[in-house]
Amino acid sequence: MSCAGKKSIKPGEFIEAKVSLALGNDITAPFAIEEFKRAGFNWVFDRNKIALVPDHFTPAKDLKSANQAKILQVFASEQKIKNYFEVGCMGIEHALLPEKGLVSPGDLVIGADSHTCTYGALGSYAMGVGSTDLARAFIDGKCWIKVPASIRFIYKGKPKKWVCGKDIILYTIGNIGVDGALYKVMEFSGPAIDNLDMDGRFSMCNMAIEAGAATGIIAVDKITLDYVRRVQKAKNKTGKHRLKNLDLKSDAGACYDKIYEWDISRLEPVVACPHLPSNIQPAGKLKGVKLDQVVIGSCTNGRLSDLRIAAQILKGRLVKKGLRLIVIPATQKIYLEAIKEGLARVFIKAGGVFSTPTCGPCLGGHMGILAQGERCLATTNRNFVGRMGSPQSEVYLAGPAVAAASAITGRITHPQEVA
Amino acid sequence: MIIKGRVHKFGNDINTDDIIAAKYLITTDEQELGRHCMENIAPDFSKKVNKGDIVVAGKNFGCGSSREHAPRALKGCGVSAVIAPSFARIFFRNAINVGLPFLESADAGKINDADLLEIDLAAGIINNLTAGDTYKTEPFPGFLQEIINDGGLMNYMRKKCTK
Repeated sequence: MSCAGKKSIKPGEFIEAKVSLALGNDITAPFAIEEFKRAGFNWVFDRNKIALVPDHFTPAKDLKSANQAKILQVFASEQKIKNYFEVGCMGIEHALLPEKGLVSPGDLVIGADSHTCTYGALGSYAMGVGSTDLARAFIDGKCWIKVPASIRFIYKGKPKKWVCGKDIILYTIGNIGVDGALYKVMEFSGPAIDNLDMDGRFSMCNMAIEAGAATGIIAVDKITLDYVRRVQKAKNKTGKHRLKNLDLKSDAGACYDKIYEWDISRLEPVVACPHLPSNIQPAGKLKGVKLDQVVIGSCTNGRLSDLRIAAQILKGRLVKKGLRLIVIPATQKIYLEAIKEGLARVFIKAGGVFSTPTCGPCLGGHMGILAQGERCLATTNRNFVGRMGSPQSEVYLAGPAVAAASAITGRITHPQEVA
Repeated sequence: MIIKGRVHKFGNDINTDDIIAAKYLITTDEQELGRHCMENIAPDFSKKVNKGDIVVAGKNFGCGSSREHAPRALKGCGVSAVIAPSFARIFFRNAINVGLPFLESADAGKINDADLLEIDLAAGIINNLTAGDTYKTEPFPGFLQEIINDGGLMNYMRKKCTK
């Protein structure tokens, strides 16, 4: 592990590792900036290795959140942080950073946001940390890590129609529980993963934290490399991007704490019921659950292929009367693509909201808060008590196909019922 | 360091939205965060808790988001330590980094609400003065002990950088 300055490292060992990139957002970076300054430091270790993304409560929902976002803007300007993304260029951080080519296979990324583990889909080691960890990285570009052990998940079989990465990860969390991978790395592998597209892989790695994992990771293959090359080509326009560390398979002698092997060919679309992501049921068994709101978006499922799946189901249909459909593309690029492809038109014609990128409703921030007694099905990642608003509201989690189908009927619906 | 306080008992998988709801993440003021600590699951908690009290919970305490506002909200409302059989990874880091004392103890389930505890942090010993029991925990490894002794990661860094 080159970032630790060592040839090999063992689980349980404490290391101080050099990070490739340190990320903060409008909720977590203000603490980090405050701590950095309070400790008497003036300049960050490397202005090119820090990313600041005001995405949670932006465009600012109120005065206090505007002040928080301002702290990022001022700090980015004074430190000349290259990767600060203002509203208008901004996207949900975990969709934005890979899209901008800021994460590559073999990188060590820390982010003061728990869903930083998303980038494991690119064969990087990416983990969520706290604001003080970020403040420390500002100082010397390092982070303390207790080297985690690994759990391997092997998925066999061809998934059924409408089953996506989200269903596979919800199924996994349902099987092992919300602390089933505590302090561990979840390594996703097997034929079903080999055939899964990058967006599906991002969804899976994104929710590794929901099983308590340090991160989720998928070995680099042709799909990863095609994605990285495409992104780098768009970024550099000219010249070839040279990938470092191309040999990023698991070590030959890798030992795992546990190995799970599942045939997912009979898996049906899954829904996580309140109030834990592990509380799963097949979508078809929840027909009686009426909904007030459906949200399609977030760092888990706000990518272009998610919007395409949803639009495929919603095309020419109307959202159930009385239900609110809120669709939020994860980045400005996805937003524009969705307009070009006619997806935005499908959502709007169906009676849905189509919004600028924001984490907003996922964490009960803004853009879709739930009232007392309301129930929402969302493609987001957490369904804790009060997550989207009132402590007396409920959140169900699912993939974009179930979300779109449920928006049409007004109750939790298996996509095959309407498609 | 010796900590003495009354127990407030919570269940398994207490998440960071339980500890401090996202709508309050618009401030870095620990006292303000403390006023809303545990609001979604125990609305009166911040009023009931006395300075020095101890939170005892079930497994996987602090799961969910990376918000450092969670250990800071606990500190802000006067909680002096948290005891649980296991902690979520990021909460574990954050508690170390911001200097919120905590102990991983398999005996957490034996402790009841309102019990009076006395904790010897360095030795990793919990005395349950109400039940007359003693529970031993594994002390933190040297590297973490150093950060804890310095009172958190930023103090540790300051020391390191001025050496």
